Amino acid sequence: MTFNLKDFKSIDSGLSKERMDVFQEGLDAVSTLHLSKAFQGIKAVNDLSISFPLGLVTGLIGPNGSGKSTLINLLTGLLKPDAGSIVISGHAFSYIKPYKLRKFKMARTFQDARLVEQLSVEDNLLLGVAQNKIEKSLFELSTKAYRKKLEGVLIKTGLKEHRFKKAEELSYGLRKLLEIGRALMQDADIYIFDEPFTGLSPKMVDEVLSIIEILRLQAKTVILIEHNMGMIEKLSDYVIVLDHGTLLASGAPKDVLKDKLVKEAYLGV
Amino acid sequence: MEYFINIGILFCIYAMLALSLNMVVGLSGLVSLAHAAFYGIGAYAVAILMTAQGFNFWGAMCVGMLLNGITAFIVGKILSKFKGDYYAIVSAGLSVIVFSVLLNFKSLTKGPLGIYGIGKPAIAGFHFYSSASFLALAFLFVVLFYALFVLIDKSSFGRALKSLREDEVLTVSLGYKTTKYKSLIFTLSAIMAGVAGSFFASYIAFIDPTSFQLAEGIFFFTMITVGGLSSAFGSVVGAALLLTLPEALRFLGLPYETAAQLQQLIYGALLVLMMAFRPQGLFGKFRV
Repeated sequence: MTFNLKDFKSIDSGLSKERMDVFQEGLDAVSTLHLSKAFQGIKAVNDLSISFPLGLVTGLIGPNGSGKSTLINLLTGLLKPDAGSIVISGHAFSYIKPYKLRKFKMARTFQDARLVEQLSVEDNLLLGVAQNKIEKSLFELSTKAYRKKLEGVLIKTGLKEHRFKKAEELSYGLRKLLEIGRALMQDADIYIFDEPFTGLSPKMVDEVLSIIEILRLQAKTVILIEHNMGMIEKLSDYVIVLDHGTLLASGAPKDVLKDKLVKEAYLGV
Repeated sequence: MEYFINIGILFCIYAMLALSLNMVVGLSGLVSLAHAAFYGIGAYAVAILMTAQGFNFWGAMCVGMLLNGITAFIVGKILSKFKGDYYAIVSAGLSVIVFSVLLNFKSLTKGPLGIYGIGKPAIAGFHFYSSASFLALAFLFVVLFYALFVLIDKSSFGRALKSLREDEVLTVSLGYKTTKYKSLIFTLSAIMAGVAGSFFASYIAFIDPTSFQLAEGIFFFTMITVGGLSSAFGSVVGAALLLTLPEALRFLGLPYETAAQLQQLIYGALLVLMMAFRPQGLFGKFRV
C-alpha cells in the first residue's frame, strides 16, 4: 500500500495547529521527479518521484542498499543523476553543484561522521559558516563574527568542554554530535541527518532529540535517515520507505510502519 | 661578519620560498613540485629586464610576479583537476618545462651561459648595494610573507584550505568552490616564489638555469617537511636548518666531493627520520 501526500493530510497526525497549517499548505521543501542513478548497471535510485514536505520531520527508511544514501548524495549535489530532476524550494534542476546549493540553505550529516580530523572542534564548527566569496574569506577572521552562534551550538551539542580538542581525539558519539553541530552552524532551512543516533550514549541521544525538537518547533524541514523504528515513530511527521531505489510506501508513521510490504521488505516479518 | 650577513640573505630567500611553498603543501595539501619553476621565472624576469631592458629592480620584480601569476593561474586550473601523487607529477612537469626553456631559449635567457651583471634594488635614490642593507630589505619581505601566512592560516579561507587538504568531498559538500581555492593559493604561492627569485637574482648578480632545476624544488620541499607542514614558524626553521647544514659541513674540513655526497646523504636521512618519527615536521600542525 502506498500513501500519497493528499491522503496523508486527512489523517489526524497529532500535529500542533501551527505545524498543521504549514503542512496544510502542501508545500514541498524537496522533491524528486523520475530521479534515477545507476552504478555499473545497478540502479541505486530508480525512477523515483517523492516529496519531503516543508517544515516537517520526514523519516527516510529502507533496508541497506535501498538507495537512501545515494538519494541524499543526489539531493546535495555530490552525485549527478542519470535522469530525472530535483526540486528544492520551488527551483527545479537536473543537477546543481554543491556550492550553488548554499542559497537553498541545506545542511547534511554523513552516516559515518565526516570531519576535518586535524582541526579543532571549534574550527570544524566554523567550517559550516565561512564566507564563500574567496576574496572576502581571505580577510575574514570569522571566529569573531560567528562567536555567538558558535557558543550556542557548543552548548546545544554538549561540546563546550571539548572545543579545543582535535576532531580525531573525539569519541564516536562526540564526532556525531560535532557533525550535527556543524550542520546547525549553517543555520539551514533543510537538515538531512544520516543515522544521527547510531553509537550515541543515552545522554547524547537526549541531546540530539532535543536538537531535532527545536528544529521541529522552528518549522525547519528535517530529513531523518534512521534504522531505529522507535525513533522514526517518535520523531517523524511523515515517513518515506525506499526499497531497491524505488518508493515502497509513504505516509504517517503509524500507518506506514504497519504496512505489510514495509514489514516484509524492511522489518523482515 | 660579511659571511654571516651573506648567510642571512640566503636564509631570507629560502625562508620566502619555504613560506610560500608551505601555503600550498602545508595549508592546502597540494604536493607541488613546481616551485623551482616559479622561482626561476621570477629570477629570470629580473635578470633579463634589468640587464637588457633597463628596468629597475622593482619594475622587473613586478613583471616577474605578474608572469608567475598568469602562469600559475593557467597551470593551477589544470592542476586543480589532479590529486595526490598525480598533482606532484604534473607539477614536477612544469619545473622540467621551465628549466628546458631557460636552458634552450638562448636568445632570451642566454642558455647555459647565464646572465650576469644583475643590479641591486633602490628606493628613492638609496641603493641596496651593501650586504647589510640588502639583508634588511630581504628580511622585511620575510616578515611580510610570514604575516600573510599567519593571516591566511587564521582566516576562514585558510580553514577551508585545511578542510580541502583532508577531505575534498566534505569541503565540496559544505559548499566551497574547491577548484577556485586550489587555484588561488597556488597562484599566490607562485607570485611569492617569484619575489624570492627576484631577490636571488639581484643578490647573486649572476644566474644560470642550474639554480632552478626540479632538484631545487625538492630541496624546498625538504625544508618545509623538516621544519613543519602548515606552520609559518616551521617554514622558517626548516629554511634555517637546511641552509646551515652544508655550512656546518664546510667547517669539518672534508674534501668538497665528500661533503657534497654527505650533504645529500644527510638530507635523505633527515627525510626518512622525519617521516618515521615526526611526520608533521619539527613544528608542523599537519600530519600527512
